[in-house]
Amino acid sequence: MFLQQLINGITLGSTYALIALGYTMVYGIIQLINFAHGEVYMVGAFTGLIFVNMFGANIALAILGAMICCMLLGVLIERIAYRPLQGSSRLSALISAIGVSIFLSTLVVLIRGPQTTSYPQMFKIVLYQVGPAKISNLQILIMIISAILMIALHLIVQKTKVGKAMRACAQDQDAARLMGISVEKIISLTFALGSALAAAGGVLVGIYFNAVFPTMGMMAGMKAFSAAVLGGIGSIPGAVLGGLFLGIAEVFGVAYLSSSYRDAIAFSILILVLLIKPTGLLGKPIQKKV
Amino acid sequence: MQVLVLVFINIILAISLNLVTGFTGQLSLGHAAFMGIGAYTSAILTLKASIPFLPALLLGGILAAIFGVIIGIPTLRLKGDYLAIATLGFGEILKIIELNLKITGGTVGLRGIRQETNIWVVSVAVVITIFIIYRIMKSRVGRSFIAIREDEVAAEAMGIDTAKYKVLAFAVAAFFAGIAGGLFAHFYRYINPNSFGFSRSIEILSMVVLGGMGKISGSIVGAAVLTAAPELLRSISAYRQLIYGILLVVMMIVRPEGILGDVDVKIPIQRKLEKLLNKNS
Repeated sequence: MFLQQLINGITLGSTYALIALGYTMVYGIIQLINFAHGEVYMVGAFTGLIFVNMFGANIALAILGAMICCMLLGVLIERIAYRPLQGSSRLSALISAIGVSIFLSTLVVLIRGPQTTSYPQMFKIVLYQVGPAKISNLQILIMIISAILMIALHLIVQKTKVGKAMRACAQDQDAARLMGISVEKIISLTFALGSALAAAGGVLVGIYFNAVFPTMGMMAGMKAFSAAVLGGIGSIPGAVLGGLFLGIAEVFGVAYLSSSYRDAIAFSILILVLLIKPTGLLGKPIQKKV
Repeated sequence: MQVLVLVFINIILAISLNLVTGFTGQLSLGHAAFMGIGAYTSAILTLKASIPFLPALLLGGILAAIFGVIIGIPTLRLKGDYLAIATLGFGEILKIIELNLKITGGTVGLRGIRQETNIWVVSVAVVITIFIIYRIMKSRVGRSFIAIREDEVAAEAMGIDTAKYKVLAFAVAAFFAGIAGGLFAHFYRYINPNSFGFSRSIEILSMVVLGGMGKISGSIVGAAVLTAAPELLRSISAYRQLIYGILLVVMMIVRPEGILGDVDVKIPIQRKLEKLLNKNS
């Protein structure tokens, strides 16, 4: 029972981690809670579905297609809704982000209707016995794909020149600009990378729960944001850690407490973290400037 | 007439959110939760305890204010984005609790609430709300709110107990949202937890933003436009949320100060009223 819940929790947690990475990266660079990120994840799940249904794509192609589409979407959102607000108050940017989020989810409702659509079965589910618990090939696949994407992101951020530029922008945008870094391009790139990860998460969750619906982004986005805050917003390893922790906590909460309070678990953790240690598990202390 | 009642209820909601977000500068994304507390409290009191409407309405507002303080004390230590998320989280938790409690009727909600709200009741409520908020903003307390919005650190340096005033703004706003909720419940005679979710909070926020943050007249215009327009143009009501979304983005980029902008619309009677009101202070 315990091991089984742990496996389920890690599977769910790795998808939260994928979404949380986008929040944390964007926050790290422009200090904005990208409220539309959950909707990007939802659009990712839908585009994956379209690729599967219309072009008969397999799982890898569906994920790749969704990632590319959402990259464009993420960059577009940044261009239209956030870039014109550079330099204005954080409140304005946040409200604009909320606007984009509502726009996207309503748009998908208008196009596809509010009902839940299921993914077609793409491969046969095989269950493996691991001690007292069972793990399905789908769960293994989700963990592997998430791990690959996270390692790829880590390599991009830590080992490449663009990654170095991203880290520079997160530290000090003005100094980065003086060093000849095109801050605008780096911000676009951050949005592209974060959105791509969210899209991958969307397709994986769509296949795992066999359900995609237009309002799925809101709750998942909120939970992933909680994960990012839990791990320490702005910190990439923190987002992964927070995502896994949250996924496991949620599965255990449902198993041992009550399933009707499922969604309250993430929010309670979020509020507790904000009250006890707002910088999260791996975050740096924030200094208040006068 | 029905539209007008709804406009008035929304004016109360918009003005109360404006007190927190517009005047004090604290973005709250869970305002509908306070409305929900007021709606459920007053509905349960009139429905199950047969308490008269007016005390039930006030008790709903008071309970919402108490929740405002309970939620406000821990969360208002947080700033900006974190506060917004925490209020959103609290709003969702309250909705989940409403969905699971027996006394609130769960997902089905509460039916058969007495019809008590009419145009006269809401008119009086709107006038009282505007009067009280206007007086608050003209007082020392109101100036403290604005100081907190402009620069929290500087306000603190000037000796303003920022935490206290933020909780106060939260509690007053929650009280009026609770009253609006009670009016709402006794007008539609039916409520369920989804009436008080995130999308309602956003609707109220859209009204405040459209009218202009930090202006009472703005909230009145914002609430009137956003309530009446979809009701009158039935054909576009499906696109209502879509329009809210676009509106928030466009307003922030083009005109963050609201449609009225810096123009302070004053109808002649308002000038007289202001003179009268200011004489007493």
